[in-house]
Amino acid sequence: MARIGVFVCQCGNNIEGTVDTKKVAEEAQKLPGVVYSRNYKFMCSSPGQEMLKEAIKKHRLDGVLVSACSPHMHEKTFRKASDAAGLNPFRCEMANIREQCSWVHHDRTKKTGTVKGNDLTRMAIERLKRNRPLKKINIPVTRRALVIGGGIAGIQAALDIAEGGREVILVEREPSIGGNMARLSETFPTMDCSQCILTPKMVEVELNEKIKLYAYSEVEKVDGYIGNFTVRIRRKAKYVDEDLCTGCGECIEKCPFKAGSEFELGLTSRKVIYTPFPQSVPNIPVIDAPNCPKFQKDKCGACAVVCGPKAIDFKQKDTVVEEKVGAVVVATGYQMMPNERFGEYGYGRFKDVISGMQFERLASSSGPTGGEIRRPSDGKVPETVVFIQCVGSRDEAKGVSYCSKVCCMYTAKHTMLFRHKVKSGQAYVFYMDIRAGGKRYEEFVRKAIEKDGAMYLRGRVSRVYEKDGKVVVCGADTLSNSQVEIEADMVVLATAVVSRKGSDGLARTIGIGSDRHGFYNEYHPKLKPVETVNAGIYLAGACMGPMDIPESVNMGSAAAGKVLGLFSSEEMAREPIVANVNERVCNACWDCVVACPYSAIERFTVKNGQGDVMGMHAKVNEGVCQGCGVCVAACRSKAIDLAGYTDEQVFAAINAF
Amino acid sequence: MNIKLVKEDIESALIRQLERISGEDVKKCYQCGNCSAGCPVAYAMDVPPAQMIRFLQLGRGGEAFGAGSMWLCVGCLQCYSRCPKNVSAASLFEALRQMRLRSGGGHEEVREIPLPFLKGAPQQALVCGFRKLVG
Repeated sequence: MARIGVFVCQCGNNIEGTVDTKKVAEEAQKLPGVVYSRNYKFMCSSPGQEMLKEAIKKHRLDGVLVSACSPHMHEKTFRKASDAAGLNPFRCEMANIREQCSWVHHDRTKKTGTVKGNDLTRMAIERLKRNRPLKKINIPVTRRALVIGGGIAGIQAALDIAEGGREVILVEREPSIGGNMARLSETFPTMDCSQCILTPKMVEVELNEKIKLYAYSEVEKVDGYIGNFTVRIRRKAKYVDEDLCTGCGECIEKCPFKAGSEFELGLTSRKVIYTPFPQSVPNIPVIDAPNCPKFQKDKCGACAVVCGPKAIDFKQKDTVVEEKVGAVVVATGYQMMPNERFGEYGYGRFKDVISGMQFERLASSSGPTGGEIRRPSDGKVPETVVFIQCVGSRDEAKGVSYCSKVCCMYTAKHTMLFRHKVKSGQAYVFYMDIRAGGKRYEEFVRKAIEKDGAMYLRGRVSRVYEKDGKVVVCGADTLSNSQVEIEADMVVLATAVVSRKGSDGLARTIGIGSDRHGFYNEYHPKLKPVETVNAGIYLAGACMGPMDIPESVNMGSAAAGKVLGLFSSEEMAREPIVANVNERVCNACWDCVVACPYSAIERFTVKNGQGDVMGMHAKVNEGVCQGCGVCVAACRSKAIDLAGYTDEQVFAAINAF
Repeated sequence: MNIKLVKEDIESALIRQLERISGEDVKKCYQCGNCSAGCPVAYAMDVPPAQMIRFLQLGRGGEAFGAGSMWLCVGCLQCYSRCPKNVSAASLFEALRQMRLRSGGGHEEVREIPLPFLKGAPQQALVCGFRKLVG
């Protein structure tokens, strides 16, 4: 016979207000198997917990039920207390008579609340009687991490994890790390030069012995589960031997062919053998094979001729490497929405209508104009520049519904940079709202207006057209209730920040969720901002939504903190609330495999000693299972049970009602 | 209304002179509308204070001078006391009046005001009127 103790909490007046806890305790006492029952003012208080511990010892309890608040609130507290008194913590259960009972009843006579309190307690006791003691599951942890994406968020995460003494594999798709931040001229609100603050970090990555950098590589597959991932990485052929190349740049110098520069966003061209920008890390060039005559027509080969250490290898092939890691940080960043979608602004039709990111390159001292603001059409210094905000952002019909968050700030910065470089210039900004929420951000925007004279116009642009070498912009200023017209020399569009093309594909590859815009979902928007539904996989930076540099760095460090926490011991303990498959009953229909949102169930083949296939059944990976119970519901043959929530327990509870 | 915006208007001598007389910087205003909200006579103005400042920001002196609002402003300074950016719309109205009076416009000859009106008007109205209209 069970020896169960019942503890009914008054929670001050939270429960006692509408539930007669004394009565609930008395009713429970009458149930078979209950040997001890009482109520108390605050069960979660130290005296309350002590009482529970003493009762376990004194009455030799083999099960404890606490009728109190939601298990979310204090299940851990009482299980810990039970454990301390020598009782298996999973033999301690809770009945929620607060959130689901006292708080939703208003009957001050306590009549209805007490009835429900009794019911909930009785049901939980029946469930508890059938509870088996469970043991925490220990999983070994591979203490090295994978960081996908070498932008500022990924760099920060990699550096912090390495700082914590753990190995990091940093995978970057482009030939160099640095991401979008490497393109920026100066950064708001302090106006420090982006490359000046970024490149030291890039070099740190290169020099850090704990960081293995795979540039020009892509993650193809992530298998496994928290602490035990196997990652397949494709290292794209650079046609340059990394071990031999000294980064002297002679090949780039001598290469006679050119192609549009991705890094400069088409504002200029680069050689066919190239590094994206002078401070690239690693400083190893790659050959753009589709544009290289050597590959297309077997002509030229100048780079191989001039290369001293003979590092050029036209026969190089992609290689695939496999790495074992315990945690993954996804920091794949963002891209800008293609401007062509907004015909009224003339992007693509008029050369002097450019994107904000292109303006960054024009303003950058390492950019195609050496930092002078010159318009693309004729290289003239523009006197009048119109900036249009919310191009694609906050536009449910043609763009995206969300605010891209950084455009207000970078547009204000652009007007400043323009005015600093073109003293006689005039900047106009069409905006809907100015969103400058951040430390020193509002002051920054006001400075652009009050000190540097940017003319902010509250309204949208209706039309942009070319006339006598000018770009005429028509729009509204709702503050003066008028239509306005500006003869500009150049127009800059603050286009929306969108998720990277193919971000949903990567989400599927690594088993995390993404929203309808392709941004990755955090586990909880407030309390678990860097975790994902897939344990052991963390997020950092703008792959989860528009984000500025400080926020990306925050998230990179936060993700690194989580990774280091996970790596603090060689094994990690997991809650044993996982699904178990009864192999004899499973008929291998695989409904559970399809239903499992965590990809925790595999198709297992049973073989005999000779290697003959004897049968198949579903197998739950305890490291991945989150105990949600979807498979239990999906299983037609009732072969799956959830530990701690078995069918037997649930039916017993229902029958007790 | 259709406005052609040019730097020469935004930074015109007229606007600079208004700023000099009033001691205000129109660029400081961020168009929150507190002045228009609190102004006891804004209901009767054709261009309320905030919008008047907006015209000055856009370099549209004509619209500001063309409006009758400056003659309605009583100089109570409610706008200034509530302005989060410390801009005094009243001072700008005063400057507009001064400039108008100096150019010979809007001037009232006390002698030409009918005596019965003067006798019937409250004292405060006379003080205020003389200050504003006589120049």
